[in-house]
Order: sequence, then structure tokens, then C-alpha cells
Amino acid sequence: MQRFIGFLAGALFGMGLLVSGMANPAKVLGFLDLAGQWDPSLALVMVGAIGMALLPMTWARRQAVALLGGRMQMPTRHDVDHRLVGGSLVFGAGWGLAGICPGPALVLLVGGYWQAWLFVAAMLAGMLLVNALEVSRN
Amino acid sequence: MNDFTPWSSLAGGAMIGLAAGLFAVANGRIAGISGLIGSLLQRGAEGRGEKASFLLGIFVAPLLWQVFTTMPPVHFTASPWALMVAGLLVGIGTRYGAGCTSGHGVCGLARLSPRSAVATLCFMSAGFATVFLLRHVLAGA
Repeated sequence: MQRFIGFLAGALFGMGLLVSGMANPAKVLGFLDLAGQWDPSLALVMVGAIGMALLPMTWARRQAVALLGGRMQMPTRHDVDHRLVGGSLVFGAGWGLAGICPGPALVLLVGGYWQAWLFVAAMLAGMLLVNALEVSRN
Repeated sequence: MNDFTPWSSLAGGAMIGLAAGLFAVANGRIAGISGLIGSLLQRGAEGRGEKASFLLGIFVAPLLWQVFTTMPPVHFTASPWALMVAGLLVGIGTRYGAGCTSGHGVCGLARLSPRSAVATLCFMSAGFATVFLLRHVLAGA
């Protein structure tokens, strides 16, 4: 059941990316181009998404057990460190370079765009690199 | 090309938010794509089945979409080299920053997390700055 609901949520998420325009790199770059012909659409994606998620997230934060019986695993950290800031800046630079973030990358991968394969291969390499560095650090 | 699409963007956003809310309430998990992928790349991560199911759902979305209609417009502007550099930066950055547009930008902000607010501010600013640099500084030079 947990896997089935997870699958449904994922499919709805992916459909949302397609409907919203987030899966179009040129549109994402149009949003990030404040000094050009700015397209504010993606701000509305955030408004719709956060507005819809606000109540369920508020409920989830206060529970110890999820509806389907699993442990509630909401993040609990509140500290802001240089890893969070530095990592997010690096992510943003990559996002601005191609107009692709991880969710849309997966949608485009299956959509059959070779550009997405290049992007995802490099993204996985980056993630594996960090994972390996973390293991050697500990 | 830069057509403003308020209604479809709002509706698509609502679908994303509903999906993230469902995954949190039913499964107790954060629908953060970089976090889910990164965790599946690690050995011995817990909840692999649920995490993989969510990602499988994302994979199925464009296929299901194409059964009913054609794909919405998709345009890539970056060169192959830029795509690879961008992918690398996104992979490294989201792991160090512990989240991306979905994990911090949607789930984190909806949880009112100060960490996610800082992260979102950082990646948005860096995205704006990068596009400004590429389109308005370097392109005109």
C-alpha cells in the first residue's frame, strides 16, 4: 500500500511538472531572466504548490506516525550552516545554466530527450561524488 | 516564447503540492527529488521501496501523458557541454545543500522550515545571477 500511494503521488507530481511548464527548460530560464522578457509563471507554480502542501505538511509535522503506519520522517534540523548555503548556491548556478532541476530532469529523461540523458548522467556523477567524499570523511 | 501561463502554472503547481502533501501525510516522507535519488544511490538506505515507487511514478507520468496527448513544448537552449556542467553542479549542490526545488522550495517552505527558506533564497539568487551573467553580461561582451 505504501508503495502504491508513493507511486500515485509520484505520478501526480510528474504530471504537475508537465502541466506547470517546469519541464520546459526554456520556460524555467525565462523565469530566471529577470532583466529580459521576464515570465513570472513559475512563481505561480510555487504559490500553487506551497498553498496546496501547507495544510498536509502542518498536520504531518505534528504526527509521530504517518497515515499508512510508517514512521513520520519530517526533517527536524533548524541550523543554517555553510554546507546548506554553499550547496544551494552551487545548485542554483547549475539550474541557471541549463534551466533543469532534478524533478523535471527525470520527466524529460523518459520523455525521450537526449539532452536530459546527458544532464542526468552528470547529475548522478555529482551525487555519487559527494556520497563517496562523505563516506571517506566519516 | 516567454508566454505567461498563469492558470496552467497555478494548476500544475497545485498538483505538485497535492502530491507532496499526500506523500508526507500517507508515507511520512519528503517528496524531494534530489534527496530521493541521492538516498537510493547510497548503500543500505531505509525505505528504498517507497522512495523508488515515487520516482517510478514520475517516470510513468510522461508516458501516461503521451497516451492521451502530445508532450507540452520543451526547448533546450544549453549546449551539450553546458548541460553536463549544469548536471554536475546540480548533483553536487543538491547533495551538499540537502535539497532542491522540490525538497526545499516546495516541501520545506510549506513546512515553514528556516533552513529551507535560506536554501531557496540561495538557489533562486544563484539562478537569477547565472542567467543574468550568461544572457546580459557575457552574451553582450
